[in-house]
Amino acid sequence: MTEAYINSKFIGTVDDANSFVARIKEERRANNMTSNLNVYHNETADEIFIETSKGRARRPLIIVREGQPLLTEKHLKQLEKNEISWSDLIKQGVMEYLDAGEEENALVAFFEKDITPEHTHLEITPLAMFGLTTALVPYGNFNQSTRVNAGSKNQKQALGLYSSNFAVRMDMDVNLMHYPQVPIVNTIMHEISGYSKHPAGQNIIIAVMSYKGYNMEDAIILNKASIDRGFGRSTYYRPSISEELRYSGGLIDQISIPDKDVKGYKSERDYRFLEEDGIIYSEAQVAEGDVIIGKTSPPRFLSSLEEYNLAAGTRRESSVAMKHGEQGIVDFVLLTENEEGNRLVQVRLRDQRIPEIGDKFTSRHGQKGVVGLIVPEADMPFSVSGIVPDLIFSPHGIPSRMTISHLIEILGGKVGALSGRYINGTTFDAEPEEKLREELKGLGFRENGVETFYNGITGEVMEAKIFVGSMYYLKLKHLVANKIHSRARGPIQLLTRQPTEGRAKEGGLRLGEMEKDTFVAHGASLLLKERFDSDRTIVPVCENCGLIAIKDEYKGKSYCPVCGENVEITDVEISYAFKLILDEFKSLGIYQRLQLESKY
Amino acid sequence: MDKLMDEYADKLPKKILEDIQDYVQKKGSINQAKLKKILDNTVVEYEDAKVQPGEAVGIISAESIGEPGTQMTLNTFHFAGVAEMNVTLGLPRIIEILDGRKNLKTPAMEIYLKPPYSKGKDIKAFAIALKETKLSHIALEFSISLLDSEIEIKMDKEKMKNLGLTNSQVINRLSKQLKGFNVKDNKDSILLRSRNKEESLNEIYKAKEKIKDIHISGVKDIGQVLPVKRDDEYVIMTSGSNLSEILQLEGVDAYRTTTNNIFEILDVLGIEAARQAIIDEVFKVIEDQGFNVDIRHIMLVADTMCVYGAIKGITRYGVVSEKSSVLARASFETPVKHIINAALIGEVDHLNSVVENVMLNQPVPIGTGVPDLVTRPIKK
Repeated sequence: MTEAYINSKFIGTVDDANSFVARIKEERRANNMTSNLNVYHNETADEIFIETSKGRARRPLIIVREGQPLLTEKHLKQLEKNEISWSDLIKQGVMEYLDAGEEENALVAFFEKDITPEHTHLEITPLAMFGLTTALVPYGNFNQSTRVNAGSKNQKQALGLYSSNFAVRMDMDVNLMHYPQVPIVNTIMHEISGYSKHPAGQNIIIAVMSYKGYNMEDAIILNKASIDRGFGRSTYYRPSISEELRYSGGLIDQISIPDKDVKGYKSERDYRFLEEDGIIYSEAQVAEGDVIIGKTSPPRFLSSLEEYNLAAGTRRESSVAMKHGEQGIVDFVLLTENEEGNRLVQVRLRDQRIPEIGDKFTSRHGQKGVVGLIVPEADMPFSVSGIVPDLIFSPHGIPSRMTISHLIEILGGKVGALSGRYINGTTFDAEPEEKLREELKGLGFRENGVETFYNGITGEVMEAKIFVGSMYYLKLKHLVANKIHSRARGPIQLLTRQPTEGRAKEGGLRLGEMEKDTFVAHGASLLLKERFDSDRTIVPVCENCGLIAIKDEYKGKSYCPVCGENVEITDVEISYAFKLILDEFKSLGIYQRLQLESKY
Repeated sequence: MDKLMDEYADKLPKKILEDIQDYVQKKGSINQAKLKKILDNTVVEYEDAKVQPGEAVGIISAESIGEPGTQMTLNTFHFAGVAEMNVTLGLPRIIEILDGRKNLKTPAMEIYLKPPYSKGKDIKAFAIALKETKLSHIALEFSISLLDSEIEIKMDKEKMKNLGLTNSQVINRLSKQLKGFNVKDNKDSILLRSRNKEESLNEIYKAKEKIKDIHISGVKDIGQVLPVKRDDEYVIMTSGSNLSEILQLEGVDAYRTTTNNIFEILDVLGIEAARQAIIDEVFKVIEDQGFNVDIRHIMLVADTMCVYGAIKGITRYGVVSEKSSVLARASFETPVKHIINAALIGEVDHLNSVVENVMLNQPVPIGTGVPDLVTRPIKK
């Protein structure tokens, strides 16, 4: 008696578990039951689990019966001629999807030659153990698994052609690569996924060497001329959105050029790009502070008292303007309405992004790095044949990470570029390195890929031979232009009077608790005080009661709210945050006295 | 030469003077002028190496111990030894010591012996005699006879033989520690019968559980013993610790025997010994992990923990609660508690240490914040 469950719900018992499970599988393969169904027989617990629910990870395998895989030459020929498809093979019961449970009852052969009578399934290809992006890493079987993982993650962040209708889309924060190329060293997954229709990188010449120390710690060095020719060029798109919101009392926002008497009016210059409808025209070159969509909102709090107030009637300025440090060209203006039928304006901004110091690039092997220096072509090292690399990669990135695939790709790329063909680098099924070396030799190069190089500045021959070749490089979406941040003076928080936090608010860089400790440890007491002067304030203190007094600048006199005017009142310099905590103590009913005495 | 040395007795520590003397003696004779020059230079160097007034020694110690601490969390060597005899190492041990915890995860002792035991005489028997034996260790089975209201303890004869125990010895122990029961020898077992005939079954059951922990022989709390040969003498390592009783034993070298339980050292040997124990234990852990921290940092921490005459941990209940400044205490965990208590009794904060002055944005009284410049205007 074996207990049987469907989707974890008990449904009854079975007398002969083995034949029952076999029957279910039979019916599924005969297409009498849904192919989504999986059955798992737990022999130790004597339970059968039948699963049809969603959310189970499943993978396809070829069914093996009596030591023979059901997928035959006949099927392969039909597949080649496009007479049948993948789903036909499932329908015919040649292949099936197993979930984690059913896999426990299966014995899967890795290769056809390994099959014994006990085997129930055959792996389609070893590549099937990888996901889509991981399969895009060429020569992945030469690497540590972590590096293949990193390589696959990096590719997800690469800039490319993310969508072919990008011109009419209003995506937030997207990038578009200008001249994407198909990789010379590819894998079968590139073909399967149609990678050539949306490539995300470029084939460039890379030399493995150091250059004046500017490529240490994973930095890379770019050739200025390569950038000028269009390497790594991309466009950044960002929409600005504004809508006419409705408020209680029939009030509504208004998209228009704000009048000068509006509360919070910027300056005439800031509104100069707006057309009569209050919206910017396309192809306008905008920079920091320029208004893109002019908008005014009704006054905020309309209490009965303010109805008699003249100023209460003025509207508030609520335009969308360019943020600090931003620039671009207006690309596309869209006028529409939202779900509630309110007017909705979207303006898309475009900004060309040429590679600069700090932009992030990567190969497909988890070898990411940031641009450390851009060198004029004249100063770049060059080979005997006059080849100047587009990029210089540091050799120190290789030994500890052991990314052999990175090196093989350089070799493969070199062969592919010289012989004018694509190199198959599919993991577990690639063109062997020995063959590439031989072919390279036949093309008149050293078989190990190194070449004699000249110092680009002095013209001297370099003592070491330099490893050069072609490689597929990706530009990642982390661009400095979106991240660069600095501040000397700037906005402060209302409550604490300390600098705001974060790039978006033009905030300060916090000197934190542990950083403070380093100042103390050095005994740099006065320097520490200066660093913390950002919220410095001077408060008058009543020496009689120890509370904070009031200084009336208009009348030119100080008085204490408790003790009156005839007391000693002294100005004291403290941080505003401390004044705040004193106020909070007071609100708790704690009476704190400041007992002043001379410091000396 | 001795005369010259005496002149420097109050300028240099004894240890340095001795080192110089040893060195000079090894080199043979030296003339007075040369020796004086050496001593003078030593004084200069010594004065130079002294901590400057206003140096932030506390925070430098904190950083110096904290830095290897962050690396130790990544290190996985937190324990060492086999299943029964293991010792807490690394960060957990340091935290244990500095928090001033009374109950250690793995208490342990190192028992040094006097000759002839230290030379290996009867070392095994000596060690086994230390090990605490409870009744449950030498019993095979405890059973309750419902009819007679009796507890029958089947004894493990083999184990008893190994420990050199006889039934009569066990019975002697039992009857001394167990009130209200008659103990009877029954050859392979021991019978316990309640003197109170009407004892409820519940009570008997409770008694059965209680007698399992009855101490039969050995030293209380000593769990495992392991004689180890160190250099050319035998030392007994134990898990579990009981310093006061071990020190009273014949054959134990009380001068060198130690425990890793600092509170036991405090009770038996006093606060100065406890301070030294803290220093030794922390230094040992840091050294074990292959880090190098100047011992003076650890000494400072040990000093702060011991100044009050009792061991205070570096926690909000320990040294932090002893800080004189309200604001300093409030800035370290449970601020509300400290502020409310300060408000209740009207505490005054004199702003004498670092944190309070950072809060008020005043120069901290450390380093350049120590000296002040005062000018007196010339009166006309």
